Amino acid sequence: MASVSTYVPSLELVERIANGEISAIARMISRAEAGMPEAREALAEIYQRAGRAHVIGLTGVPGSGKSTMVSALAARLRATGSKVGIVAVDPSSPYSGGSILGDRIRMTDLSQDAGVYIRSMATRGNMGGMARATMDAVDILDVGGFETIIIETVGVGQDEVEIAKAADTTVVVSAPGLGDEIQAIKAGMLEIADVHVVSKCDRSDAHRTLTDLKQMLTLGVKGGKKSEWRVPVVGISSFDGTGFDELMKALEGHRAVALHSEMGRQRRVAIAGFRLTKTAENLLMERFARACAPLTLDFAQRLHRHEGDPYSLAGELVAASFGKE
Amino acid sequence: MAQPIRVLVAKVGLDGHDRGARVVARTLRDAGMDVIYSGLHRTPEEVVNAAVQEDVDVLGVSLLSGVQMTVFPKIFKLLDEKGVKDMIVVAGGVMPDEDAAALKQMGVHEVMLQDTPPAAIVATLTRLVNERGER
Repeated sequence: MASVSTYVPSLELVERIANGEISAIARMISRAEAGMPEAREALAEIYQRAGRAHVIGLTGVPGSGKSTMVSALAARLRATGSKVGIVAVDPSSPYSGGSILGDRIRMTDLSQDAGVYIRSMATRGNMGGMARATMDAVDILDVGGFETIIIETVGVGQDEVEIAKAADTTVVVSAPGLGDEIQAIKAGMLEIADVHVVSKCDRSDAHRTLTDLKQMLTLGVKGGKKSEWRVPVVGISSFDGTGFDELMKALEGHRAVALHSEMGRQRRVAIAGFRLTKTAENLLMERFARACAPLTLDFAQRLHRHEGDPYSLAGELVAASFGKE
Repeated sequence: MAQPIRVLVAKVGLDGHDRGARVVARTLRDAGMDVIYSGLHRTPEEVVNAAVQEDVDVLGVSLLSGVQMTVFPKIFKLLDEKGVKDMIVVAGGVMPDEDAAALKQMGVHEVMLQDTPPAAIVATLTRLVNERGER
């Protein structure tokens, strides 16, 4: 293999990232995504320096207008002087492992602005709406001087709620015409919102969705957990700009409460805890995948022949895999 | 597991024909690559910005409008200004053979014209990325 590249060590990239150099930021994110052992020390240094940015998580069903809204929201944030980093996650193919990362197309208004960085990421089999390296990318952008970082999750169903354990402020986007008031009281995605947004409010049926969500929020029983934050429902139209002043106010309001309340402090500890467990799980999975590989076929054949049941054989497989290390 | 190859498939200028670009995007996806599609009517500046931010291995520009000899010099100048030295740039579409030869002189790694089979595109990109090595 004739190598023509000159490899820049990751630790050398750190200062360049801190100076806001886009190509260094981009390369570091690639290495984090690749899980390169060489990058681990640099990522540790970056984590030490990160923690200033306001991380906004944006989630919602496919086609609810997340990308278009991110574009309009980023333009608003830019007007306040904040540099904006965007990490947009799209699904990987379960068959080929490849992906089409299409969120960027909805953000072409931002394409000439040096104060906006957009990175597309594929999930690569990670469930929950984010990619494994999403939080590393957030840290890198944070150190790179981006004051607001928006994570746009994949278009999710009802149960992909990881974003709430990663972002300072979680925005759930609902589009009109997708369900009734029973959808609105289901468990899952709607529960995690710090701010509810109803998109496409230039459409006539949007008021119905707004009403359903507002009513859902009033169903909480009195005497439940007291909260310093009242979840607002904001109707927007990325098409004509309706509602974005209110949305900006909601985001700033939640940020202020999160920074100065016990609720916010607990949330940040929970975010750290989630990141820790998730990383540990990944380490464990990698170790297990390596160790069990030579044994799996034999165990599968035994299970297939009904020489044991799934639970006991799985237990044996785990014991045999880690026992051999 | 090896990292998927990252590709930006880009359309530049007034050329509104992107069926070919979308077929290529889909082919590369099915070959296990991460593909970012620029959408239509982008400027060289927008395409290079996107390629750098996305840190793609390959920037592929599809052209059917005959402006290749204007667009590619701009792309290389912009990449140079941004200090990007290891990006693989390829061209696709319809153009005269002498232009294809001139583009390769200019630094375009490969020119894939309209008759290129999908599997050959996949093989070419894979080879170019392997030749480049780790980055």
